Amino acid sequence: MPKFDYAPAPESRAIVSLRESYGLFIGGEFVSTIDGRAFKTISPATEEVLAEVTEAGPADVDRAVAAARQAYELTWSGLPPRERGKYLFRIARIVQERARELAVLESLNNGKPIRESRDVDIPLVAAHLFYHAGWADKLEYAGYGPDPRPLGVAGQVIPWNFPLLMLAWKIAPALACGNTVVLKPAETTPLTALTFAEICQQADLPPGVVNIVTGAGETGRALVEHPGVDKVAFTGSTEVGKQIARACATGPHKKVTLELGGKAANIVFEDAPIDQAVEGIVNGIFFNQGHVCCAGSRLLVQESVYPEVLASLQRRLGTLRLGDPLDKNTDVGAINSAAQLAKIRELSDAGEAEGAQRWSPPCELPVKGFWFPPTVFTGVSQAHRIAREEIFGPVLSVLTFRTPAEAVEKANNTPYGLSAGVWTDKGSRILWMASRLRAGVVWANTFNKFDPTSPFGGYKESGYGREGGRHGLEAYLDV
Amino acid sequence: MSDTALSPGDEPPVTPRKGGTARPPVDPPGRIAVRKTYKLYIGGVFPRSESGRSYEVTDHQGGFLANAALASRKDARDAVSAARKAFAGWSGATAYNRGQVLYRVAELLEGRRAQFAAEVRAAEGLGARQAEAVVDAAIDRWVWYAGWADKIAQVRGAANPVAGPYFNFSLPEPTGVVAVIAPDSASLLGFVSVVAPAIVTGNTVVALASERYPLPAVSLTEVLATSDVPGGVVNVLTGRTAEIAPWLASHMDVNAIDLTGAPPALADDLAVAAAENLKRVFRPRYHDQDWIQSPGLDRMLAYLETKTVWHPAGT
Repeated sequence: MPKFDYAPAPESRAIVSLRESYGLFIGGEFVSTIDGRAFKTISPATEEVLAEVTEAGPADVDRAVAAARQAYELTWSGLPPRERGKYLFRIARIVQERARELAVLESLNNGKPIRESRDVDIPLVAAHLFYHAGWADKLEYAGYGPDPRPLGVAGQVIPWNFPLLMLAWKIAPALACGNTVVLKPAETTPLTALTFAEICQQADLPPGVVNIVTGAGETGRALVEHPGVDKVAFTGSTEVGKQIARACATGPHKKVTLELGGKAANIVFEDAPIDQAVEGIVNGIFFNQGHVCCAGSRLLVQESVYPEVLASLQRRLGTLRLGDPLDKNTDVGAINSAAQLAKIRELSDAGEAEGAQRWSPPCELPVKGFWFPPTVFTGVSQAHRIAREEIFGPVLSVLTFRTPAEAVEKANNTPYGLSAGVWTDKGSRILWMASRLRAGVVWANTFNKFDPTSPFGGYKESGYGREGGRHGLEAYLDV
Repeated sequence: MSDTALSPGDEPPVTPRKGGTARPPVDPPGRIAVRKTYKLYIGGVFPRSESGRSYEVTDHQGGFLANAALASRKDARDAVSAARKAFAGWSGATAYNRGQVLYRVAELLEGRRAQFAAEVRAAEGLGARQAEAVVDAAIDRWVWYAGWADKIAQVRGAANPVAGPYFNFSLPEPTGVVAVIAPDSASLLGFVSVVAPAIVTGNTVVALASERYPLPAVSLTEVLATSDVPGGVVNVLTGRTAEIAPWLASHMDVNAIDLTGAPPALADDLAVAAAENLKRVFRPRYHDQDWIQSPGLDRMLAYLETKTVWHPAGT
């Protein structure tokens, strides 16, 4: 058979117009820093500098919290809920209007394939905003009492893996419930959040209702520990989540929700449709380069189908296309940062050193930028670091099991509890497994599906609180 | 085990014996009463503290009531193990079954109404009618929570209309092992009000009884042991809150902690320790709670996780 190669199909960057440098978005306008400094934000695929942004200092955070407080007291809390909702609907519509621009910018700054930012991230951003907009004037029907009140000022810190989507998960429910926010995007991916600030301006959102302070860990710490913050919402590592839980354990009461790490088991039974399961495994761990807290990073295969599943998986991985995130054919994009690449390498090396077998498909990595090939480890034991620690990269650990009970035992053998996957043709087994897996989201014969109506969040050390659905509102209401 | 400011290893000061100043209850005329040994309740049995320690419990006027077990760190750890062991069975029981078991507790408590009124009266110094009202409220609280067992999932669950060919539903599930620091002032009603909402949804509990008034809670364990509450579902420790609570707060196999009975300064330390494995922490907003009031859902919801399941729809 003749072999037809893919022709490059790059998405144009022309739709994105970036400023050379960005200030902080406080009180409805971009302002210069008081005590911070500038830093450069890059494209992880090329290491090209995209813009200069601000690392906000404590005085900047103070100013942002004050702006949010003022907006809460003077405008936002007095606004009829229906009008609050209309602002959110308006913002959702502008996101849809500027969807292509946002997708390209997200892929540029994050390194994720345009196919994903275009088809998953940005549509879900709009959906989250649209969904929560409708809640604003219906909160008395949400099951939290006849007149649930907002909390006040929310301090929100989000990760770099789904920059604008995580922003929407945080800002949409906060605003719908009547809070104002100060949000800190991740250090490496500030640009779509800053564009979102422009969208707030286009929507004529009252000044101070949304404030965006860019920066790194110290900025985030200043925000969550700020005494003027009534609510802390964090998505990120379990390590930082514990620090936040500790910091908020004393002092004035703050409501805290944490969405943290995971080490999800993706469990394949012998009666599963193998081709579908293999697609699910690939989606589970190589979607977004494995930079997914709920990634199916531990594959548990029933022993009887192990050879077949592994062969099929390896064949499929041979067809994945790694490269330019803006190419519409790309399946696997760039690792988000040099630091993350170092962490993935360190854990993968540990996997080999501890005796697991490493395999990657033949795969040419670009010279510039941060790249890691799709990688599969076999011969993994539960004691190996690659089976216990969150790698947050395109690295899959394969283990086997014989009985459903053993699958449950192994799947739950982790301090995490964010998600799990089950592949089987047997409906009763799906429900049996689903009720025993100690995880906040269970995907049966599918994986990595998200929806604004579907509550998301962890058990155990994957954090507490839910985002999405009626359940997610609780995090932003004084109940 | 990390060393915290709590220094939980320190031996607590044991109340010195009062050398006969606290007089025991008077025996009935013509008979020497058979007095009860107040022990711990762990895994469905009644051990003494493995430490061999006890402390003197007095009535509100300082009169000797009994020597209660002074639980140790080891007792606390044993209790957590027992609670963990009981979790699969209890959380896996049907909601209908759990509801009936809780109702059974109310039935047996009703039968010992007079005994508990006397114990609460002796401990807290309440008047006779007040003590009866407290016991009645405690019985009714079991009934109230018993009825919740098979309703909470309908009230807090959901079918979620996702934009795709999937059936998506969310259900509440128990968090796991819950450590409960019971309120110090309300020996029976307070104890019931913090334990029942945790277990009705399938959690298992290690409860630290009121330090000052431990005896009614210990007597309640006799009711629990004969009410078909499986061993290990409720474990009760008596002793020094400041000594035992830190071990529970820092225990890595405890999933949640209720700080109701912890003094504010201790509660802060416990909340910090609880962050180590991200325990769900319940801290009441108001310190002087009126336990007679209808409790609402807060305490049940504090120890529930939401699980969401996606299932494809297709032919």
